[in-house]
Order: sequence, then C-alpha cells, then structure tokens
Amino acid sequence: MKPEKALIFEMSKPGRVAYSLPECDVPDIEASSVIPSGLLRGKPAELPEVYEVDVIRHYTELSRRNFGVDNGFYPLGSCTMKYNPKINEDVARFAGFAKIHPYQPEESIQGALELLYTLQNDLAALTGMDQVTLQPAAGAHGEWTGLMLIRAYHESRGDKRMKVIVPDSSHGTNPASATVAGFDTITIKSNERGMVDLEALRAAVGSDTAALMLTNPSTLGLFEEQIVEIAKIVHDAGGLLYYDGANSNAIMGIARPGDMGFDVVHLNLHKTMSTPHGGGGPGAGPVGVKSKLTPFLPKPIVSRREDGTYYWDTDRPQSIGRVKAFYGNFGILVRAYAYIRTYGPEGLRRVSECAVLNANYMMHRLAPYYEVAYPGVCKHEFVLSGKRLKAYGVRTLDVAKRLLDFGYHPPTIYFPLNVEESIMIEPTETESKDTLDAFIETMIQIAKEAETDPQLVLNAPYSTVVKRLDETTAARKPVLYCSCG
Amino acid sequence: MSEVREHLAYSEEHEWAEAVEGQIVRIGITDYAQSLLGDIVFVEFPEPGTSVSAGESMGSIESVKTVSELYSPVTGKVLKVNGLLLDQPELVNGEPYEGGWIVEVEVEGSVEEAFGKLLSAEKYKAIIG
Repeated sequence: MKPEKALIFEMSKPGRVAYSLPECDVPDIEASSVIPSGLLRGKPAELPEVYEVDVIRHYTELSRRNFGVDNGFYPLGSCTMKYNPKINEDVARFAGFAKIHPYQPEESIQGALELLYTLQNDLAALTGMDQVTLQPAAGAHGEWTGLMLIRAYHESRGDKRMKVIVPDSSHGTNPASATVAGFDTITIKSNERGMVDLEALRAAVGSDTAALMLTNPSTLGLFEEQIVEIAKIVHDAGGLLYYDGANSNAIMGIARPGDMGFDVVHLNLHKTMSTPHGGGGPGAGPVGVKSKLTPFLPKPIVSRREDGTYYWDTDRPQSIGRVKAFYGNFGILVRAYAYIRTYGPEGLRRVSECAVLNANYMMHRLAPYYEVAYPGVCKHEFVLSGKRLKAYGVRTLDVAKRLLDFGYHPPTIYFPLNVEESIMIEPTETESKDTLDAFIETMIQIAKEAETDPQLVLNAPYSTVVKRLDETTAARKPVLYCSCG
Repeated sequence: MSEVREHLAYSEEHEWAEAVEGQIVRIGITDYAQSLLGDIVFVEFPEPGTSVSAGESMGSIESVKTVSELYSPVTGKVLKVNGLLLDQPELVNGEPYEGGWIVEVEVEGSVEEAFGKLLSAEKYKAIIG
C-alpha cells in the first residue's frame, strides 16, 4: 500500500471527464433567470476532473484502508461490535422486503407488517415491556424518544417534573438526550464498587424528578445489584426509570428490565441484534414501555386486527407524534428479526452467556498485567486501568496505538471517565477462543514491551498507512480547508 | 508528582480557587487535573454575568482524550474569563495556577465562608495521593 495518497482534487486535470452525457435536447435556461442571485455561486465549484477508472481506483483504495468486524477483532467496550451474520443480509434482500415502497397499500405489504408486528412483540417479551415502537433510528434517538414519552406522561398528569438523574458512569448520550428533550440533568456519583450510591440517589430524588436513566449492566461491565431498591427510591418519589439498552448483550433471556422495575427501555439493534454498526449502519433504537406509557408512543405502530390482518395504527390521540419518516430503518429491522428467529429464545440466552464468559476469561487472564478497575465477576465487558504502565512513561493511548501494529481495532480508551487510564474491552460472543487468546497474548506482550522497551510502544504504530498523528495540534489548530492546485 | 500550592483552596473535582481581592475569586483546574486530562484543546467558558453554584457545572474542558465538566467551587457570579485560552488552551497544561486560570467569580457572601467549604492544600494532597 502506498503511504501517501493524493486527494482526488490533486489528481484533477482540466477537461477530463468520467462519463459523457448525451447532448441536451431541451432548451438551456440561464440559472440566474430562475434562482435568486444570493443563492448562486460567484465562481464555479472546483469539482475534480478525473477519468471514471481513476475515481473507482481512488475510492476502492481508500475503502481497503477501512477496518470493520469483517477485517478483524474489534473489542470496543460498550459498543458491542459483534459479527453481523450474512444470513441477515440475505433475508433483508428478499424482494418482498427490499423492493416494497412505504406508500404501498397495507393489503399489499402484509408480510412486512407482520414482521414488524412480530418484532415489536419479540422485543417487548425480551425486555419485559408492554409495547414497542420501532421508529427511532439510533440509540440516542431512542433515548430522546423515551424521554419525550416520560415528559408526556408527567404532563398528562399535570405534574411538572424537569430533572433527570444520571450516574457518573453513564453514557454521554444520556445527559445529552435529556437536555435535548428539555430536562435539566443531575449527575450522581458512583460508590467505591462502581454501583449507584443509594444515599446520593435518595438525596437527589424529589418532587421534580422526572426519571433516572440507568445502564444495567453499567458501563463498568457490572450488574447493578441494588436495582430493585433503586427502582423503589425513584418510584416512591414519583419518577420513572429509563433503561439504556446499550449493554443488553449481557442479559438476554436471563434478566429483563421490565422485571427490574424499568418503565422505558431502548435497545440498540445495531449492537445487541447484530445489525451493521459503526459507519456501516444505519442504526435502530426501538423503545419499549410499560402500559401506562403506551398512549404516548410515536404513531403509527403496527397493530393486528381480529381477522389476522395487520395495519398502521394511527388512531393514537395522545401520541407524541412521528419521530422518523415512515417506520424507522426497515431494512435494519428485517436483519434484527432474522437474527432473533435464527437463534430463538434459547439461542439468545446462550449468546449472552457466551458474551459474559468470554469477557470474564479475558479479564482473568489480563489481570496480572493491567489492573482490573472493579475486581469480581464482570458481565459482557470489563474495565482495566493502564496506570501501572505510567511508571515507564507509557499511557493507555500508547497501548492502543501499539495494538494497531498487530491488526486489532483498539478497545475503548479513557471511558468510563471515573477510571484512570481506562481500557474498556468487550469481546462479544462471536469470537473464538483462538481469537481471544491471540489478543490476550498481544496485550501481555505490549505490557512487557512497556517495561523493557517503552520507546517501542511510545512510537507505535509502525505498520499503518500513517504513523502517530499529532492529535493535539489537529484539535488545537485544525486546518479544515483544502486549497489544492 | 503534581504541584499543589499552599495558599489555594481546592474542590474534590480538582478545581483551585484563589482569593484575589474583596469578594473576587480566581478559579482554575489543578496541576493534577491537567496531568490526568492530557493535552487540553478547548475550554468552554460560562458567559460573564452568569450565576454559578458551588458543585455545579459551569463549562467544560476538552482534551485529546476526553471532555470533562468544569465545576464551580463557589457560588456567585462570573466577572470575567481568561480569553487567552481561546487561542492558547495549552496554558492550562503549562501553567495551571497562573496563565492557565479560567474564570473570576464574585462570590455570594464572604470568601472565608466560601473557602470554608473547600479543601485545604493538605487535604487535597491526601485525596490525590
């Protein structure tokens, strides 16, 4: 692979074209005669002039520099970068799913509606909720939708509650979604075991508490054992419980948010249900609710008539309205359906068991080399601290850069924020023991390199297209404009 | 070993506060905090005139690694901000107790009272070990 890659603008030669259009057979119209002058360019756009074959080679070469789960191990904590089974792709390409139009009459898309209806029910069963909307297009979109439902619920009762509580280990999207939904957020500290501090929670709840947002297992990979007590504290104060489903891969078929006391749940289908993720999306963030919140769900949802036919149910007067054009990212919903049907209930439970087993195996083997932030049994992911290596001048960032030389996508680093020099690893259930062992051996080798030859780690990576980037200057003095030619 | 200055008051969130004169207090983040954050690339200030409360967020500090909340150690009103940091956020790394100061706040009540709720240099040293 060539180290330097010209920008496509730099390849431009005047007069070169990729494709010649036939001569225009309608009269030319001067743009200025139909478009206001303020909206017209003063000078022509400098579009690159290149041959078709050069365009193809340029973008194909760039695409080969991408890294995804089909290239290699991608243990990005809290992101569940699991393998996307190809059977999902086959099913999503069935003409009955791929070639329909959202404006088609209901009677001509009964199969697609049945799939959506069944998926709504499957996700409700899996999370212990009463009803599900499939509209939200991503996890954070699901969070926002869920919070708008909570807001509508409180308002319908004439109860103005504008505070949302989040623990300090929460995903950054939680306070962000709450803010966009019009709430103020209160952050509460975790206790020394990484769990919600019950005293801090008791002190924070009150008559203004709209909801507590919680990820369980938490971002530290720990199951919140006090969840029943937490639910009671929040409910007694008149608030609701929101479940961030980012870590659902650890509990499928084993524990349900609805049984823990949660009122609203979102799931990331692009995490838990193996649909494409991380630039390969789009995503899907269905939201499930308990019955007291169903009147507010976005409309339409898919319902079933007594005669067994399916329809878009739009007669929902208390609905917060539509949150996405048509009905969410349908092709992604088909893939999630295929995944659920491929595994079945027992299989999904096995997915979670293996995800948890893999994480514990890796944590146990890496513990002598990297400090485990919260010792004990973890769920589907675990947090290490690289602070032991600081004595050799090596930080977590350097370990992550060195991993690139071995063909791995580094784990999540410097998150969660409450662990110094954190490294968050999530292997997922889809990796073989061979892959786990190879990654473990590499992590051990890097820890040893840090002790014996820290410079080797500090100057990594060596094998990538570009070497260590100056991220500081890029952030402090960004050059965002290309003045080519 | 991170520097902790004797004459300053500290918060558990790693901010320092210095009595300037009257009710005016200068605020920044500690040497320990900047060393944890790494290279700082952007400081988001509160607007002068904003009311701030002790323990609550009044802005954020972005480093290459992360974005961290900037908590106010005192309750009062923002008088001015260190505009130099817009072009030179690295001052927070290089001289956290001097050129890297972030805001000045006019405290509600007396400075002694406000500092009484904060940590002494000795106690702060014990926290950061």
